[in-house]
Amino acid sequence: MSENPTKAATVPVLEARGIAKAFGPVEVLTDISLRVMPGEVHAIIGENGAGKSTLMKLMSGHLKPTRGTVAMDGEAVSFAGPVDAEHRGLVLVHQEILLAPDLTVAQNIFMGRELKRGLMVNDREMNRQSAEAVQSLGADIDPTTQISRLSIARRQLVQIARALQVPHRVVIFDEPTASLTPFETEALLKVIRDLRDRGVAILYISHRLPEVGAIADRITVLRDGKLIATREASELQPVDMARLMVGRDMSKLYPERGDTASHQNVLEVQNFDVPGYARDASFTLRKGEILGFAGLIGAGRTELLEGIVGLRTGHGEVKLNGNPVKFKTVRDSMAAGIVYLSEDRKGKGLLLAQDLRTNLTLATLEKFTKGPLIERKREDNSLDKAITDFDIRARRRDLLAGQLSGGNQQKLLLAKMMLLEPSIVIIDEPTRGIDIGTKEQIYKFISDLAKTGKSVIVISSEMQELIGICHRILVMRSSRIVGEVTGEAMTEDEIVVYATGVKINEAELYSAGNA
Amino acid sequence: MTDTKTITDTRGFGRKLADLDKTAVAPFLALAALFVLGALVNPNFLSIDNLLNVLTRSSFIAIIAIGATFVISAGGLDLSVGSMAALVAGIMILFLNSGAIDGDMAMLATGIVVAIGVGALAGLLNGAVITIGKIEPFIVTLGTMAIFRSVTVWLADGGSIAMKSIAMRNMFRPVYTGVFLGLPIPVWVIIAAGLLGAFILYKTSFGRHVIAVGSNEDVAKYSGIHVNRVRAMTYIIQGICVAIAVVVYVPRLGAATTTTGMLWELQAITAVVIGGTALRGGVGRIWGTICGAFMLEIVGNIMVLSNIVSEYLIGAVQGTIIIIAMLVQRTLQKKK
Repeated sequence: MSENPTKAATVPVLEARGIAKAFGPVEVLTDISLRVMPGEVHAIIGENGAGKSTLMKLMSGHLKPTRGTVAMDGEAVSFAGPVDAEHRGLVLVHQEILLAPDLTVAQNIFMGRELKRGLMVNDREMNRQSAEAVQSLGADIDPTTQISRLSIARRQLVQIARALQVPHRVVIFDEPTASLTPFETEALLKVIRDLRDRGVAILYISHRLPEVGAIADRITVLRDGKLIATREASELQPVDMARLMVGRDMSKLYPERGDTASHQNVLEVQNFDVPGYARDASFTLRKGEILGFAGLIGAGRTELLEGIVGLRTGHGEVKLNGNPVKFKTVRDSMAAGIVYLSEDRKGKGLLLAQDLRTNLTLATLEKFTKGPLIERKREDNSLDKAITDFDIRARRRDLLAGQLSGGNQQKLLLAKMMLLEPSIVIIDEPTRGIDIGTKEQIYKFISDLAKTGKSVIVISSEMQELIGICHRILVMRSSRIVGEVTGEAMTEDEIVVYATGVKINEAELYSAGNA
Repeated sequence: MTDTKTITDTRGFGRKLADLDKTAVAPFLALAALFVLGALVNPNFLSIDNLLNVLTRSSFIAIIAIGATFVISAGGLDLSVGSMAALVAGIMILFLNSGAIDGDMAMLATGIVVAIGVGALAGLLNGAVITIGKIEPFIVTLGTMAIFRSVTVWLADGGSIAMKSIAMRNMFRPVYTGVFLGLPIPVWVIIAAGLLGAFILYKTSFGRHVIAVGSNEDVAKYSGIHVNRVRAMTYIIQGICVAIAVVVYVPRLGAATTTTGMLWELQAITAVVIGGTALRGGVGRIWGTICGAFMLEIVGNIMVLSNIVSEYLIGAVQGTIIIIAMLVQRTLQKKK
C-alpha cells in the first residue's frame, strides 16, 4: 500500500462526480456521486433497470457521461475507452461470458497478451500461470481444457482470472456470483478479500444481498437511476437493503406455501439415465407440488430434466398420470402438458433479435393460425393479455426481446410457455440475474401455479429460494439423486451435506485451505 | 420502465419514419439511384422496352434468389443452385426428347412437373445431408455443386443437351418470350413467385419458424420447433425455385450446356444480401431480394449502354456492389 496511509485513506482512487447519462431524451442515471477508497469493497445494489450496469460502464470507460466527471486519485479523467481505463489500472469483470469457446483456458486468459519465447508463443509458461491464476480462485481447472467444455460457472471463474491478469488498482465485479455455487462463491469472496487487503479498491455489484452484507465495507443503493443512500455495511441488514432498493417492505419475499394434501402422482420417473450427466434417477412429482432440485453446478440437474422432456437422449421409465410415456422430442412432452424453461434465457429461451409478439407465440403458433395464415390480431391480443397477466414492463410494444431487462425476459418466457397450457412446469434457475422485486412476482406466480393444481419443478442454485418456495427438495451430486429433504429438514446445512458430501463447516475449511 | 400502459402508439409521423427499418428501404433507394444513373448515361435506358427486357433477363436470378432468401434467413447457404439449374435443365430436356408421352403439350406439362420434382429432390438431398449428417451447409453444397455440374457434363457427354423437336420448341418458347397483359411472362413468374414466397415467409407459421431457426436454433428447438425439418424444407423450396427458373430458362435457348447456370449461385447470394437479408440468418426480405436481382441486371445493362467501363468488368462491378451493400447495411444497423 501507499507509504502515506492518511493520504491513501482520504483520496478516493475512483470517484464519480455528479455523473448523469441520457440515451436520447431518457435520462437513465441522474447526478451520481460516489467515492471508492483503496482497500475497500464498495457494493452497488439496486433492482434491474436501476442503472447499476450503466454506472459501471461510465466508470470503466465503456460509456461517456452526459454530465459530470469521473476522477481517479482525485483528478478528473476522461477514458478514451475500456482499454485506456485498463492501462490506468481499472478492470471490469463482465457479467456476460466473453471468452472464445474453441480456445483453451490458458489461451483465453492470455488472449491479446500472449507470452512469447522468440517468435513462438510460450504455451508451457502460459499454462503454468493460468493454472496458478485459476487455483487462486479456488478452482481446479486444467488450463488446456477448451472453454466450450466448461460449465458456465467455471467459465465465469476463467473470465475473472483473465481480468485479474492485468495490473489493477480498481476491480469492478458485475454480478460475479450469478452462476456460482456456494463453494465457488465462498472462494471468490476470499479472493476479493485478499485483493482488498492488498489495497485494491473493489466495486461489487450483486443481487445476492446476504453475500453483499458479508463482503462489502460500504453499500450504495440505486433506484430508478438515482442514488438513494450510501451506508456502512455494518448498519444494513439484507432486509434493510431490500427495502431501500425497492422502496417498500420486502420482509415477505416468499409467498405462503400451499399445502400438498394431494398424494396423486402426476409424474413418476424410474431409473432414468442421461448418458454422461445423470444416472439411475428416480423420483415422483405430485399434483399441486413444488419440487426443488438442488445441487452444485454440473451435478446433472439440468441435463436430467432436459433428458426427461426429450431435449436430450435419455433412457428410463417415465409415467405421466400412471401411463408410461416416451418423449422423443420436446414437442412430444409439450403436447403431453410438460414445459421446460431453460436456465439460459438468452441462448435457449428467447429470440433476442425478434419482437415480443414473435417470441410470445413461437411455441404455440398453431393456436394462432387459420388455415396456413397467422392471425396477427389474435397474436396482438394475446400479447396484451400477457403484458397484463405477467406484468411485463416494456416501454414500447415493438421492442425486441433483447432490449428487455432480465426480469421482464423471464416473464415473457413464462408467458410464452404458459400459452401451452401445461400441467407440469419445469423452471431452471427461475430468478438468475433477476432483481428482487421481480423475484417476488415470480415466486408468487410459481406458488399460484401449484395452488391451482399444476405441478412445478424448480431447479435452482440458490438454496434459500428452494427452501422458501418448495414443498420438497431433491439434491443431486455427481449425476445422481443423493437425497431428499422436506419440512423442517429443509435447511442450507442439510442440502449442502447432500450436495457436496461434506458438512458445511468442513466445506469452508476446505475452500479456505484450497484458496 | 415503469409505465406499462404506453401501449398505444402516440408517436408522430416523423418518429415513425425514423423508426422505419432502414435496411429494408435501402435496396429500393439504391435501385432508384441506379435509375437516375441509367437515365443520365443513356436516355434509352428508361424506355419501357429496355426496362422490361432487363426485368425479363433478371428473372432466373430473381426466382432462384427467392429460394435462397429462405435458405439464408434460416441460417443456411446453398452454393449448388447454379449447377443444380444445369442438371435440372439437362434432365428436363432429356425427358422432353424421350417422347415418353403422346402429344407435345402433355409432354411439356409433364416435363415441367419432372423439372420441379428433380429440383425438389436435389434440394432434399442438400437438406438431408446438412441436417442428418450435421455438416456445414457451405461444405455440403460445395460438394453437391461439383456433383450436379459433373453429372450434367456427363449427361451432355461434354457438349450440350438440346431440345430435338422443333414443334415443341416453338410451343415452349412463349414461356420466355411471351407477353401477357403488357408484361413478359417471366416477369409474371417473378411476381407470382415473389407473392407466394412473401406469403409463406411472412404470413405462415412455417415462415415464422424459418426466421426463428435462423435467429437462434437453440431457442427454436426449446420452443418445440422441428429445426431439422424446417431447415431441410428451406433447401427443398430452394430446389423448387431453381426448377421454376429452369422452366423459364429452357425455352430461351432450348438447350442446356456444361456452362448453364455458371456462377448463378454467386449472383443469387448477392441479390439476397443486397436485398437486406442477413447472411447470418433471422431476417428475410423477399421483395428486397427481387430488387437486388433487378439491380444486378441493371448494372450490366447500364454498362452495355454506356461504354464508359468495359462490360467484361461486369463481374468486378457486381462484386464491388455486394461489398458496398454490406458496408451500408453495417452502417445502418449501427445507427439503430
